[in-house]
Amino acid sequence: MVASQFMPLDGANAVSQAMRQINPDVVAAYPITPQTAVVQNFSQYVADGIVDTEFVPVESEHAAMSACVGASAAGARVMTATSANGLALMWEVLYIASGLRLPIVMTVVNRALSSPLNIHCDHSDSMGARDSGWLQFYAESGQEAYDNTIKSLRIAESKDLLLPVMSCQDGFITGHGVERVGLLPDEAVREFVGSYEPELSLLDTDNPITVGAWDFTDHYFEHKRQQTEVMNASMALIESVCQEYEQLSERPQPILDCYGMDDAEYAIIVLSSTAGTTRSLVREMRAEGKKVGVLKPRLFRPFPATQIVDCIKNCKAVAVMDRAISFGAHKGMGPLFTDITSALYVAGECDLPVVNYIYGLGGRDTTPPMIATVFEDLEKVAATGDRGDLVRYVGLRG
Amino acid sequence: MSQMLEIRWHGRAGQGVVTAGELLGESTMHAGMYFQAFPEYGAERMGAPIKAYTRLSTEVIEIHSPILDPDMVVVVNPNLIGVVDITEGVKQDGTLIINTTHSPEALRKRLGFESGQVWCVDATSIAIEEFRRDIPSTLILGVVAKASELVDLDAVVETTRETLGGKLRPEIVEANVRAIQRAYEECSQG
Repeated sequence: MVASQFMPLDGANAVSQAMRQINPDVVAAYPITPQTAVVQNFSQYVADGIVDTEFVPVESEHAAMSACVGASAAGARVMTATSANGLALMWEVLYIASGLRLPIVMTVVNRALSSPLNIHCDHSDSMGARDSGWLQFYAESGQEAYDNTIKSLRIAESKDLLLPVMSCQDGFITGHGVERVGLLPDEAVREFVGSYEPELSLLDTDNPITVGAWDFTDHYFEHKRQQTEVMNASMALIESVCQEYEQLSERPQPILDCYGMDDAEYAIIVLSSTAGTTRSLVREMRAEGKKVGVLKPRLFRPFPATQIVDCIKNCKAVAVMDRAISFGAHKGMGPLFTDITSALYVAGECDLPVVNYIYGLGGRDTTPPMIATVFEDLEKVAATGDRGDLVRYVGLRG
Repeated sequence: MSQMLEIRWHGRAGQGVVTAGELLGESTMHAGMYFQAFPEYGAERMGAPIKAYTRLSTEVIEIHSPILDPDMVVVVNPNLIGVVDITEGVKQDGTLIINTTHSPEALRKRLGFESGQVWCVDATSIAIEEFRRDIPSTLILGVVAKASELVDLDAVVETTRETLGGKLRPEIVEANVRAIQRAYEECSQG
């Protein structure tokens, strides 16, 4: 264990501090609100000679991810950051990064997608990329955004994985909110992430390789099967890196952050900053004798399905809160809800009443009184045995 | 027993309101506390009314949503009274800190705020006298330190010296420090 030094940092700056400590070989990025501070601060470290990163100020996010792919294929340790429409513009290259098994780490400062134009937080950007073959972490606070960034790099570059990782945090709420953040000593971070020595790289001219080759009906299918298998088998590796980081930092790094779940009758499952708001409410309700709990997955891809089912199966009713809509899904449910209901079904847990709440789109505030209404609804669902509307909205006017 | 102080700031964009909240948080962090400082983001234009929030706590702060019922409201710009609802949601035993030339009694009457504490300070005059600019937010931290036992004047002064020291000339930094100390001494409660 090493002691952290505390600094007043917004979540974006916390990530640029992690990037400074990691000192990656290449960062190619394009600024977009609310990610801008990540890149702005990091480019200052480059200009000041604090890091020796090759910083590539590109002309678009498509170019950013393309440059990251090229640099990573060449054998470099590569990081970048984006938000919302920037992530959308990267789309085709996201799949290329994961298909080529390039361990790029990208911070996503979550923001609503246009249209209508909105710069505030929701998860529609990264949730849309959930099938792109990237791992996804979600952070509750600036502290978690910092910690997740460092862990993401170690996980991505693990020889048994070699997949890109998105490390997400809530735009403005934590991205621009200044909090007390503990930073590990620079040497401790450098030792934890180690040096990156790829087994295969384009610059290794003694062992020439082809990257991005034609892969027709003969082998494409087998390659995709390998890609999904490695992700499916990655949970033990992810957990071991999280445990190692927990020992180093003395900050808990669970895949599932549970509070009150041991005996909870009513539970809310929610990602990122709203999980903290929910937990503060749950503490108050627990003090009043209510058996309530909150479950926050810090990891969304790969999806910790069996762990979540084990955690909630004894509840009387559960609410899943989604900060994104999966348009056209049944009743317009959210992506976290579809995964959780699917996980319950395949585990044979079909009697647990689960309802979905869409919340916080476009940065709509989500306050403890709003979350309290969700717990009230759950009590009603359990008491009446009537689940009612499958998909509901919280914090919506009219 | 955990203690939390929730503060809402009212000012106009460009008056250093966000910086003051961050300085306050940082000064308590050095004393081992946790904090959050965040503005309410709207359209960004100089002079527009803005709100900002600061939470100070002896424990980790988990809640991540705007402050609905503040323990303390700080009004940096006197001409916002009557324009925005200064006392909205403020706790019965809450504290108002107002930049004004008027007395606490006059402000209580005007705002219809009969309980809690009201502190008044002529922060604009202090700012103009000490550094010739109407940026009164930071110096009001002197009054916050006087009104709350969670905030220590020396810590505020020390953090201001450190933070502004990296950006401003030494005489301007010292003018800011003097202004904070004057606000601490010259404010009145009623």
